[in-house]
Amino acid sequence: MEYSEKVMEHFRNPRNVGEIENPDGVGKVGNPVCGDIMELYIKVDGGIITDAKFKTFGCGAAIATSSMVTELVKNKTIEDALKISNRAVAEALGGLPPIKMHCSVLAEEALKKALDDYRMRIAKSASGKAA
Amino acid sequence: MKKIYLDNAATTPTDARVLQAMLPYFTEVYGNPSSLHAFGQEAKHAIEEARCNVAAFIGAKPEEIVFTSGGTESNNFAIKGVAYARREKGNHIITSKIEHHAILEPCHFLEKQGFEITCLPVDEYGLVDPADVDKAITDRTILISVMHANNEIGTIQPIAEIGKIARRRGIYFHTDAVQTLGHLPIDVDALNVDILSASGHKLCGPKGVGILYIRKGVRLRPFMHGGDQEQQRRASTHNVPGIVGFGKAVDLAKEEMGKEIEKLTFLRDTLIKGILSTIEFTRLNGHPIQRLPNNVNVSIAYVEGESMLLNLDMEGIACSTGSACTSSSLEPSHVLMAIGLFHELAHGSLRFSLGRQTSEDDIDYVLTVLPGIVNKLRSMSPLYKKEVK
Repeated sequence: MEYSEKVMEHFRNPRNVGEIENPDGVGKVGNPVCGDIMELYIKVDGGIITDAKFKTFGCGAAIATSSMVTELVKNKTIEDALKISNRAVAEALGGLPPIKMHCSVLAEEALKKALDDYRMRIAKSASGKAA
Repeated sequence: MKKIYLDNAATTPTDARVLQAMLPYFTEVYGNPSSLHAFGQEAKHAIEEARCNVAAFIGAKPEEIVFTSGGTESNNFAIKGVAYARREKGNHIITSKIEHHAILEPCHFLEKQGFEITCLPVDEYGLVDPADVDKAITDRTILISVMHANNEIGTIQPIAEIGKIARRRGIYFHTDAVQTLGHLPIDVDALNVDILSASGHKLCGPKGVGILYIRKGVRLRPFMHGGDQEQQRRASTHNVPGIVGFGKAVDLAKEEMGKEIEKLTFLRDTLIKGILSTIEFTRLNGHPIQRLPNNVNVSIAYVEGESMLLNLDMEGIACSTGSACTSSSLEPSHVLMAIGLFHELAHGSLRFSLGRQTSEDDIDYVLTVLPGIVNKLRSMSPLYKKEVK
């Protein structure tokens, strides 16, 4: 098993580490049993993701995919962000070893959950306003 | 950049003196030891000398030593060799949950063929209770196999006691001594061992050579069929340079083991104390005293092993981890699970295994570098935030 240079680069210098105060969406995935836990935070303004941050407990691939997915979603519309697949994350990293592909799946799931969370909040506040 | 190798339980560098001893056997004394001419006889003389050295080192007779290709072959030979030879007598094998895969997988293989395997549990330090061994024995038990010391957590098992029980009950007793030969004194009689495996490259010898000690009178069914080398117990042309290297490695261990145990025990304890005292939320895995002199295994909470390993590697330090992330199964080390660690802590384990070349400076360097790595990873860990804030 060997990581690509791009994976190692993101692992060495992960982008967007941390949390967002008052986020518009949060996605938490993974569990201690499998050894990877990811939390993804997004800030949305006018339908555009203006900021994304992450916190991850996991291996090199888990940290690199977390870092990459935050990079990929920034400045994207919600619709475009929804189209980001685990393959796209892996490809952007110059590929992942086969046994590490599940880390990219986790990154996609974290993103989908954060986007779901955002839409739930929007729906809630809309119904709140209506009432 | 400084390069520090602390993965000696995986493999050791071949000692320069071992290499020197081996070299003539590639180009000058290249005869086949099974050949009657002078070329062959000179090679035969060399392997027999190595055999005598190894035998004397563990209190055995030369004819009780079989040279193999390494630890895995020796373990396979022991487990399957006894199972097939004693099939008429019974089908039950007792071993432990923390054995190396080279024991557990042959057992698993036999299980599919109708053998029954009992994998004994261990306590929180990784110790097998000899009373459990006694209780597990049935009238169908043909073999007990418990490792001398564990490769991951370094715990040294009460082999002599277990062997005593096996002897009293008339059952063959095998021990996997891959981590201990050349690192701890071994006397097959004092340990009550009938069969013992060891490997050359764990004691600064070459890779690709191992031994199986088989006590006189113990029958194993060979599984390498061909020529009649090794008293018809293991066919295949002898790996002459490898065997000579094994012999030389044992010679060196004979002279240097005592001092090395002293030095490594001190360095081991310095590293353990250093990690536990400078990094909070850490624990030692394995027994604090009944422990290999070269083994340090710690769990560092809230961070994952592979990401620590990669960061250490970037600083020139080589070690290993029991995290699932280095295996394809996604399950953390079976040894760490067997001692009752939570998944998070098993994933956050690091093993530093010291060697002949390890210095006090090396240990200081690890202690300088590791806290920063842990801090960096904890700062991005969602677990740390929740538990600590």
